[in-house]
Amino acid sequence: MLYRNHGYQAATPSTLPRRRSRIAAHPGRHGPRDGVARRDLGFVVTQASFPVASIRLEHVTLRRGGRDVVRDLTGTFAPGSLTAVAGPNGAGKSTLLQALCGLLPVASGRIERGGLDGRAIALLPQEGRLDRSFPITCRDVVALGWTARLGLFRRIGREQYAVADRALTSVGLDGLGQRPIGALSAGQFQRVLFARTIVRDAPVILLDEPFSAIDAATEADLMAIVRMWHRQGRTVVAVLHDLDLIRAEFPNALILGTDAHGWGATDDVLTAPAIRHARLSASVPPLAAARSVADAPLAAPVEEAA
Amino acid sequence: MRRALAGCLALSVAAPPLGVFLVLRRMSLMSDVLQHGVLPGIAVGAAVGGLSVWAMGTGGVVAGLVVALLAGWFARRTGMGEDSQLAGLYLVALAAGVALISAQRGVDLTHLLFGSVLAVDNTALLAMAGAATLTLPVLAVIWRPLVLESLDPGFPGGPLGGASSGGLWHGCFLALVVLCVVSGFEALGTLMSVGLMMLPAIAARHWCGSLAGQVSAAVALAIAASVVGLLISFNVEIPAGPAIVLTAGGFWVVSLLAGPREGLLRTRGG
Repeated sequence: MLYRNHGYQAATPSTLPRRRSRIAAHPGRHGPRDGVARRDLGFVVTQASFPVASIRLEHVTLRRGGRDVVRDLTGTFAPGSLTAVAGPNGAGKSTLLQALCGLLPVASGRIERGGLDGRAIALLPQEGRLDRSFPITCRDVVALGWTARLGLFRRIGREQYAVADRALTSVGLDGLGQRPIGALSAGQFQRVLFARTIVRDAPVILLDEPFSAIDAATEADLMAIVRMWHRQGRTVVAVLHDLDLIRAEFPNALILGTDAHGWGATDDVLTAPAIRHARLSASVPPLAAARSVADAPLAAPVEEAA
Repeated sequence: MRRALAGCLALSVAAPPLGVFLVLRRMSLMSDVLQHGVLPGIAVGAAVGGLSVWAMGTGGVVAGLVVALLAGWFARRTGMGEDSQLAGLYLVALAAGVALISAQRGVDLTHLLFGSVLAVDNTALLAMAGAATLTLPVLAVIWRPLVLESLDPGFPGGPLGGASSGGLWHGCFLALVVLCVVSGFEALGTLMSVGLMMLPAIAARHWCGSLAGQVSAAVALAIAASVVGLLISFNVEIPAGPAIVLTAGGFWVVSLLAGPREGLLRTRGG
């Protein structure tokens, strides 16, 4: 029981559904592109089964800078689910992730985490949120992922660094451990953050725009890691802009708009009207938005919208 | 003179690591605010408890902590223009301090602002050494949280988790800065005591890429600046504060020009 060993405790593990490995559920779906995943990625976890609670949102409203950015959102991230969050700029995607991991209090409503605390929910922040000029090596950043499990003061020893090194290898940064993070490309830095998240080994993983500002090869490699997390039964939530990627890889989707949200199976949620509506409703008041939806051309540039 | 040297060497070990973190966290201005902020407290301490090191020191620490809290509160409440708030804060604090000190007879404003080697008696030396002794272990303990928080403020780690713990470490850190600023005021003067903290830290950026390296380089530069500065002060009869800070400033200029990292003479065209 991995999370018991590390002090994580779901509310009542015996009553919660046990997620089985998803490999059998999607045979061959991601087969040919799993280049990275084939490199021994499962080393940190001892079993691919996470007795983890779901995260339920009930009428959650989130406020930032005196403005409601997410209004009245209700739904559930089921244990082991893989959900993409899409929506226009300013719709509160990053704000939602911060609230999910407890960095931001909810303005109203509530988030029921079923006993998962801040340590059990790993957030991979948006690229600009980290200070890339801080003089620290890749290896140290990855090893700092241990603090979530060991506490802030427990020694990060040779064993922990060995795991950090393996995580670096598995994201394709073999031998770059001693390089300061300021000397990395955007894609390499994103790989470092993925390695840190691998080391964190959390049952719930939140990714804030993980694929912005990186090239296609890096995206394919990192997507393989997301798939691995999903197969291991972790709950993964990712903020994404690429609707084609969401359709191809993410079983569930959440579209955030200011007045209406869509949440469910990707094929049901990611319909053309819903996309147009979400895009328009973020900046336009509801009435005007409804009118513009009717007027909007059918071939709206959806990629830009998300 | 010997006491001043011992005290400055103690501060040279303790203060520059704090300076390195201040620089890395882009809080260089905060050090200025704190050193001005302690001045009214020192004045009030002198008025209440006389010219003893403890009275003025306690007043200074209290005032410094109040200013640090105020600055943090302003930053959170307004959410913008943090540096302008800080500038306002330190101008007011400096004016209040000078006014309060001038209102009292028998207090030498120049000594208080710019330091005097002769003012360092055993008590003052004890204060400087004590501050240094307290700073180093506390900094060692909060080192990892500070690194984490400087690097990635959104990384919830440890049992406290969440955003609240970040504020705690930040508070500890600022308290250490206040302590070092106040403890140095007898020798260096309130207006100069931050010089030993910041200038070596800024200069160290040009010598070493890693955090540990920058801290070591900053300590080495601060020690050298203390020794050279005090010798100049003793022989030329200028106050110790400006002498040490000018020496540290000289090291900084040399580092800026000739340092292996981003030195102006080494990297051409950018």
